[in-house]
Amino acid sequence: MTAPVQDSTATVVVEARQIRKAFGHVEALRGVDFKARAGEVTALIGDNGAGKSSLVKILSGVYTADGGELLINGTPARPSSPQDIRAYGIETVYQDLALSGDLTPYENVFLGREKRLGGILGLLRVVDRRTMRAETAEIFDSLNVRVKDHKGRVATLSGGQQQSVAIARAAMWASHMVIMDEPTAALGVAQTKSVLELIRRVAERGIGVVLISHNMPDVLAVADSIQVLRLGKRVASFRRGEAEVADLVRAMTSGDAPEEQS
Amino acid sequence: MTMLNGNKSVGAAIAERMPTPDSGHAPRWVKSLLARPSIGMLVILLLLIAVFSILKPDAFLGSYNFRSIALSASVIGVAAVGQTFVLGTGGIDLSVGSVLVFGTVVSARVMAGMGGVSAGWGAVGVGVVVCVVASAFWGLVNGLLVTYLRVPALIATLGSLGMALGAAQIVSNGLDIRSVPAIMTNDIGYENVAGIPLLVVIALVVALLAGFVLWQTTYGVHTKSIGSNPEGALRSGIPVRRHLISIYVLSGALAGVAGAMSLAEFSTTTIGGHTGDNLTTIAGAVLGGTSLFGGVATVFGTIVGILVPVTLQSGFVIVGVQPFWQTFAVGAVLVVAVFVDQLRRGSQNRR
Repeated sequence: MTAPVQDSTATVVVEARQIRKAFGHVEALRGVDFKARAGEVTALIGDNGAGKSSLVKILSGVYTADGGELLINGTPARPSSPQDIRAYGIETVYQDLALSGDLTPYENVFLGREKRLGGILGLLRVVDRRTMRAETAEIFDSLNVRVKDHKGRVATLSGGQQQSVAIARAAMWASHMVIMDEPTAALGVAQTKSVLELIRRVAERGIGVVLISHNMPDVLAVADSIQVLRLGKRVASFRRGEAEVADLVRAMTSGDAPEEQS
Repeated sequence: MTMLNGNKSVGAAIAERMPTPDSGHAPRWVKSLLARPSIGMLVILLLLIAVFSILKPDAFLGSYNFRSIALSASVIGVAAVGQTFVLGTGGIDLSVGSVLVFGTVVSARVMAGMGGVSAGWGAVGVGVVVCVVASAFWGLVNGLLVTYLRVPALIATLGSLGMALGAAQIVSNGLDIRSVPAIMTNDIGYENVAGIPLLVVIALVVALLAGFVLWQTTYGVHTKSIGSNPEGALRSGIPVRRHLISIYVLSGALAGVAGAMSLAEFSTTTIGGHTGDNLTTIAGAVLGGTSLFGGVATVFGTIVGILVPVTLQSGFVIVGVQPFWQTFAVGAVLVVAVFVDQLRRGSQNRR
């Protein structure tokens, strides 16, 4: 895979234009623009109430926008459910991971999309564990995810390993973009480091990664592009190396940083 | 971290704060026993059989006694298989016994109308279908209550326990119907296949099929994923509501199969005889390693778990202990089994 792209020539996989969303009288999003590029980590930051989670829920199909346009790989899309958005090749890693703790890592990776055996057994919905295990091992290897027990319950894994399983699952199925909601919020220092490395490797597969995080150092360490939301609008957009923590905080709180075209 | 423990019980929460037994020094076989409760319960079952065999070899070891143990376990075992699926989703079905009674009563009425004791195979076929469908109807009611009306399974199935039993008494005027076709009793109830009672064979076939479905099909994986994390299952694109409804319908239908078997075995409905079935099936499943909190379910374990109380009952009678001790012993073993399950999960789930 190629090195992270420093300029802005990579393909835009997902673009949101002037997205609006209101809940009753509360305008959560007032015309938000957002771009995520293939092979890049795009961080989405903002203070509480800035509209991050509303935007993410629109991007992951949980909410439908009231206005504006959503382009996926250049084509206008109107997803109406999380299942819908997955058909567009966009996967979400939720903060609570949505893993089934009593199932194995490979059962989780293939949950809802199980491989079946061929022939009559397949018609009887008999699962093909061998193939599922092999393909899971493949994606884990390519992302350098190490799990102590491939046949054990996911609940027995550490928090960082569970996070890695959830991210690898998303990477396995996403052809355009993976959205990650606070992937390091619950992790210790060492585990955070390995999850950040994993996030980079997912982007290196050539898909767009959208990272929602409160942790500024994490964002600066891993993101190619940082887009700042405030009061339901994008108020700033930085490329890698253009900003420091103070710049991000200023943009988040006062929103006076210049809007740049990313 | 609190990632996968959203639906844990108070007991589980306490267990996590308790120092877990130092399993590092335990022998390997003890660890594997803790890891696989169905095998642990199988060992206990074999120990029970060994003890009773040593105490009363002539009475307990006879093929007559084993036949009667297997027959007693068959009817309740089929119902317990359905219970295993329900528990696997994190639900519970308290209505199995009443639903079984309802199915048999409606079925017996229909067969009585088609000729009663002297009726032919046509009547028996219709009767069996009616028994299964009438019972599955209550499963459908349970499923709709649990999913669309969001009534907790405990209450929904407690409600249908009462409704199904009441309806059965209304249909039968509270009196058992004894006009079951004679051929049903003679050619199903008393029939043997290669020396094994046909009812036992039917129960084994049901258990094998259900065990395979739970173990090796997407239906089984989805069942356990819903019990593990319903929200996660939903986000993974599993039609959770539809699946849950099908689970309760399955439990009702299997109660109906058990009901038809019971008609063939006793040639009468047994309105008063199934009040404890719900707890027996739950105890059997949990003893075998199915988790009361969902996510873990094993049909093999359930069969072993059902055989434990039945063997105790038979053994106590033969040894001359008051059979009431069986109820006491099963209750105690059940509590211990759930406690061990909690310990196991507490030591496995990382925080």
